[in-house]
Amino acid sequence: MHEFDLSNAIVQTVNKHAAGRRVTHITLRVGRLRQVVKDTLLFYLAIVGKDTPCEGATLEIVDVPAVLRCNTCENEWEIEIPAFICGTCGPGAVEVATGEEFMVESIEVEDEEDAACTAPR
Amino acid sequence: MGRFHRHEDGTAHDHGHDHAHGHEHDHAHRHDHDLGDHSGYDTGPQRVSVLEHIFGENDDAADANRAALCAAGVVCLNVMSSPGAGKTALLERTLSHLQGSVRAGVIQGDIETSLDADRLAGLGAQISLLNTANGFGGECHLDAPMVANALGRIDLDALELLFVENVGNLVCPAEFDVGAHHRVMVCSITEGEDKPLKYPVMFRAVELVLVNKIDLLPHLDFDLALLEANLRTINPHATVLKVSTRTEHGLDDWYAWLRARLAEEPVAALR
Repeated sequence: MHEFDLSNAIVQTVNKHAAGRRVTHITLRVGRLRQVVKDTLLFYLAIVGKDTPCEGATLEIVDVPAVLRCNTCENEWEIEIPAFICGTCGPGAVEVATGEEFMVESIEVEDEEDAACTAPR
Repeated sequence: MGRFHRHEDGTAHDHGHDHAHGHEHDHAHRHDHDLGDHSGYDTGPQRVSVLEHIFGENDDAADANRAALCAAGVVCLNVMSSPGAGKTALLERTLSHLQGSVRAGVIQGDIETSLDADRLAGLGAQISLLNTANGFGGECHLDAPMVANALGRIDLDALELLFVENVGNLVCPAEFDVGAHHRVMVCSITEGEDKPLKYPVMFRAVELVLVNKIDLLPHLDFDLALLEANLRTINPHATVLKVSTRTEHGLDDWYAWLRARLAEEPVAALR
């Protein structure tokens, strides 16, 4: 979908939390139920992150499986295809337990002294 | 996965690394504090917990839109579909039907023309057009800040019902909360029975599916039962109404559904 917009949102979020420090690593959590194309995201992040504290940071995407929960039988199971029905109880009380995440989990930053020691890149 | 960067010559690439994640490996620039650092401060990379939703800014704007709509007593529907499924035709019929009884408005997302807005003009509704591009293609969806702009051009106090006609697309609009109270979609039978399985995020995001162009059923090799079964697999709780915006078949059910929503208190929070 709109990976360019998502990249902008990610870079803004990361730079806000970096507060001027250089970012060396970014960890995202992306649920399976999110319509994100990782390669495209990576491509755009390189462009959007240029000339910002994110430039050159490594990116890690933690895949979160799509797990459903049936509130009737309290069963939880992972799905590989989109079918939102409990095999025992039917569709009545099925909800998504995980898989809709789309967040910046953490970043690694250099502190100011460390940044000062870093050779020009 | 990998390091993203761009060289001075304009080329870009990614240093992929497929190891199991967790990033416990040493970073080359991590210092050994016992040997070299006597500053009394920690140096080296610091891990900063962020835990911020990437759509957070949009969601805040959506909440603000919803609050403004609630304050004005306006019920708002986000109407989504693929291109050509019949959103504008549905709104043409609906605005004609509601004219004189319900004060309605439309925020219309159109990639580059005012063609749809022109079709809806003269039906007694306030229309606010949101062109999402400069004439040569553009955004694939409406987001909450765009809708906030359009809301600023509408006299909400004069309205009871507001339709947000999204950009025709079954992928992106499903991801963006625009601040509506209800999400509905039009799915036409010329699109194929498999669409709920191919676009599960969209079909799960809505509470009502209008199966349009039902008048064409005798002319198509379309398996309506299969569409309904696929839809139930993805979204067992959605209301399904079979309609034809051309013949007006089934539209009374849609109008009754709308009036039921108007009779309810608008829900302040939805996500």
